[in-house]
Amino acid sequence: MLSVFGMLMLFVSYIVYAERRVSAFIQDRLGPNRVGWQGLMQPWADAIKLILKEDIYPDKADKFLFFLAPFIAFAPGLITFALIPIGSLDFSDPQAALAISNINVGILFILAIGSLNFYGLAFGGWASNNKWSLFGGLRASAQMISFEIAMGFALISILMTAESVNMNSIVHSQTGTLWGFIPRWNVFVQPLAFLVFLIAAFAENNRLPFDMPEAEPELVGGYHTEYSSLKFGLFFLGEYAALITMSAVIVTLFFGGWTLPWVSQETMASWGWGPIISGLFSFAVFIVKWFAVMFFYIWVRWTLPRVRYDQLMNLGWKVLIELAFLNILITAAIGLWL
Amino acid sequence: MRESYITILMYITFVLVNGVIMLALSHFFGPRRQGRGKFDPYECGVPIRDEAHKRFPVKFYLIATLFILFDIETVFLIPWSVTYKQAGVTGFLYLLVFLAVLTSGFIYLWRRGALEWD
Repeated sequence: MLSVFGMLMLFVSYIVYAERRVSAFIQDRLGPNRVGWQGLMQPWADAIKLILKEDIYPDKADKFLFFLAPFIAFAPGLITFALIPIGSLDFSDPQAALAISNINVGILFILAIGSLNFYGLAFGGWASNNKWSLFGGLRASAQMISFEIAMGFALISILMTAESVNMNSIVHSQTGTLWGFIPRWNVFVQPLAFLVFLIAAFAENNRLPFDMPEAEPELVGGYHTEYSSLKFGLFFLGEYAALITMSAVIVTLFFGGWTLPWVSQETMASWGWGPIISGLFSFAVFIVKWFAVMFFYIWVRWTLPRVRYDQLMNLGWKVLIELAFLNILITAAIGLWL
Repeated sequence: MRESYITILMYITFVLVNGVIMLALSHFFGPRRQGRGKFDPYECGVPIRDEAHKRFPVKFYLIATLFILFDIETVFLIPWSVTYKQAGVTGFLYLLVFLAVLTSGFIYLWRRGALEWD
């Protein structure tokens, strides 16, 4: 448990570094490369700097909510990661998942806790008593709840193919291949659901092209305009923790989690691999897929321009919900009559 | 199964304690200086005009209300989605009736312009 938490905190700090380096690469700049070899100590320098900054409570702020908000924004991304199966010691046993906890409610827990962090943004915006913050918080809450519906609908068709809400069972339902050569991952079985889920995930994490809550040219810093020192740091960590957890959820739901379609328990046994090696192998597979999705997130952020708020809401309510809805009906029809 | 829930509870506590430690760190190590206008809300440097806590567009409330309706719809769909093969065609037809009611509401909202932002 502690090791997973440690790994997660390390990844959260280094995804920020990775984002800065990749963005610099995309924009033909250098990016942070001064602190340590290739700037690898940059996250630590940032953390120390944030600790040594003054902790400001604005006069007009609602002190209690102002204190609470970064806290709520920070926790859910890290908590939900507890449910992600990051590997398995025994590929044939659905219960043997390497996760902090493999509870049966699985994805429901992730949805329930994961959407709590919008309270952090809404409280932060309201408690600051600043016009920019207020509008950032309002936009964040409206955007996140709108896309939550599309995301839930897309998820239902995944649950229909997996016939379970347990994360590791969802991984197990994606083993094997379609027609012998395509991996039986949900991204190929449910491409429409994947598209809807991906767009909704970007909107949920307030990532560009949907980062209206903190659109710098319009709202200064959005909901965290008034925050300083590690309170701001917690908002920042929370945002990136949500990003990496969402990448892990996408990998688990759509890209087969820690499995590779051609490697089963029998193949591993024929290579003479014991549980420890197969556990490490499945973890490595998961890490590779996970990093690919995180890289995709960063890539999209530095490639696409921001959309307008009305376009965003139209996309959420008038396009994605209908698409996901249609997908549920198609999945049900195929599942029942074919 | 109960142990898994205890583990997750422990993990949640651990994450929260970590958050508290981080806030405490910046509270104790940060400097503390007074300054005129420093604790006012930030408005790009110009003098502050009236409060931030006043009326804002009713659209946001409307979206929140709609969200509750449709999120409940999602919640009702989840048990069916896991067992839809056992529920069979009958279950599917029941579901269609349920969805038809909600969809007619959705069409009404759309045509009354509840989803327009302008």
